[in-house]
Amino acid sequence: MPITNQTLENELDNVANSQEKAHIRKLWDHADSLMQEISVNLIQGNNTQVDELTKQALENGFDANTILDQGLIAGMAIVGIKFRDNLIFVPEVLVAARAMKAGMVHIEPILSASGIEPIGKVIMGTVKGDLHDIGKNLCIMMLRGAGFTVIDLGVDTSSEEFIEAVEEHNAEILGMSALLTTTMPNMGKTISSFEEIEMRDLVKIMVGGAPLSQEFADEMGADGFGKDAISCVDLAKQFVEYEN
Amino acid sequence: MTNLSDKSQELLNRIYEGETIISDGGTGTYLQKNGLEPGGCPEEFNVSHPEVIKKMAREYFEAGSDMVLTNSFGGSVFRQKHYGFEDSVFKFNKLAAQLAKSQAPEHGFVCGSLGPTGEFLRPLGLVSNQEMYDSFKNQALALEEGGADCVVIETMLDIDETSIALQAVRENTSMLAMATMTFDLGPRGFFTMMGVTPEDAAKKLEQSGAQVIGANCGNGIERMIEIASKMRNSTDKPMMINCNAGIPSLVSGEILYPETPEYMAEQFMKLKDVGVNIIGGCCGTSPEHIKALSNAINK
Repeated sequence: MPITNQTLENELDNVANSQEKAHIRKLWDHADSLMQEISVNLIQGNNTQVDELTKQALENGFDANTILDQGLIAGMAIVGIKFRDNLIFVPEVLVAARAMKAGMVHIEPILSASGIEPIGKVIMGTVKGDLHDIGKNLCIMMLRGAGFTVIDLGVDTSSEEFIEAVEEHNAEILGMSALLTTTMPNMGKTISSFEEIEMRDLVKIMVGGAPLSQEFADEMGADGFGKDAISCVDLAKQFVEYEN
Repeated sequence: MTNLSDKSQELLNRIYEGETIISDGGTGTYLQKNGLEPGGCPEEFNVSHPEVIKKMAREYFEAGSDMVLTNSFGGSVFRQKHYGFEDSVFKFNKLAAQLAKSQAPEHGFVCGSLGPTGEFLRPLGLVSNQEMYDSFKNQALALEEGGADCVVIETMLDIDETSIALQAVRENTSMLAMATMTFDLGPRGFFTMMGVTPEDAAKKLEQSGAQVIGANCGNGIERMIEIASKMRNSTDKPMMINCNAGIPSLVSGEILYPETPEYMAEQFMKLKDVGVNIIGGCCGTSPEHIKALSNAINK
């Protein structure tokens, strides 16, 4: 089924790269008009509508996974691209994130009750001394959307807290975030702490945040660097595929 | 609005007479070199390490700074409560100003630093306009009581938050109110994280009562020159630029900023050509950078 919702079609026009546009368009290939409506409302940050439409979709018999993939995550993909391309900024992303959450409230209990195995477990946190969490939260949402179980340690997370969480949850992936150049070295310190107690091989470590680069990530010994939430999810998927 | 203090008026007069005022270099990076742990509370250093704060002010003044910023960037109640110091906000800010003032020569200026609260205003966030106003007002009053001559609201990303801070300073103190925002270069040009362009910032900060307008931090001097030109085309107000020493790299676990004092001094002169009135450094710049800048400007 092609895209029938004109507003969604217009939103798709925001994706400048034609290859990327074709790829994104496929997300709605089998999407009912109700799913398209959920996507549009998510993109525009209408959390009340996303809340109501998600409820309605479940009542109409749509599968929770379908609503998640074709409604919420598909919409979030456009939000991610618009953010990356400077078409929208932090306020719009936060509002879209709130709308995503309003939908997830209905979807999550069903997914967890269904007993489907998550594709991987990720520990996420902003490093010690750093209180910034917008980017990290966006990554968490996208990771959850992609089927990962994410344990969020919040901001100002010490090496010990990262280690404890990886052990306790038996997580395959650890993601660390920093916005400040002054706290960035704490990522390297955490990686060293994992090495010291010989736990480094048990976990894949990915890092992200505005002042970071691939060079930084390599220098500190991380397994990967994500420049935005989209690449964060790609990295996490690569890590679990490699494992299996 | 209150009248400007004599010191604030002196600063403004010197700017209008055509003098280029030299600001100082980085505070956070200086403190880290002098014992502040990554992630530690810089403002608490005013109490626990007053000699370091005084030394920093002294070194900048001696290097040629006409104006030194106080160690109060994160001194809002919103940021201090993360460290459990919410009851020390007034004390930290007042002390920050006193320590810098104690090192200031007769014609030197102490500039109170007000950084972002890290909170979003309603409806995006949880903080009301009044709560944010009260926080900035409290900080500004403490800085003025400690002897600050003027104020810079810096590293700002959101216009509304900056406007509230400007209002709090202008309605409650007689300090000159300066405001600088931080822009990143994205695929569509320069924007703050909240989507403000340099042109918009210049116009809106002027409307909100900023008496000096500009940009700080950023990704190195070359981009800063571009940002400054864009702002200059949008406002006639005096301008201030405090630029960091380039995009840092990580070498053996240490953060290194690439731009040397000599390189920056040479480039900083271009800011003067663009029409910037107050020039200084930000993260990664040291007293050596200011010394080089001062030599270049006074040649």
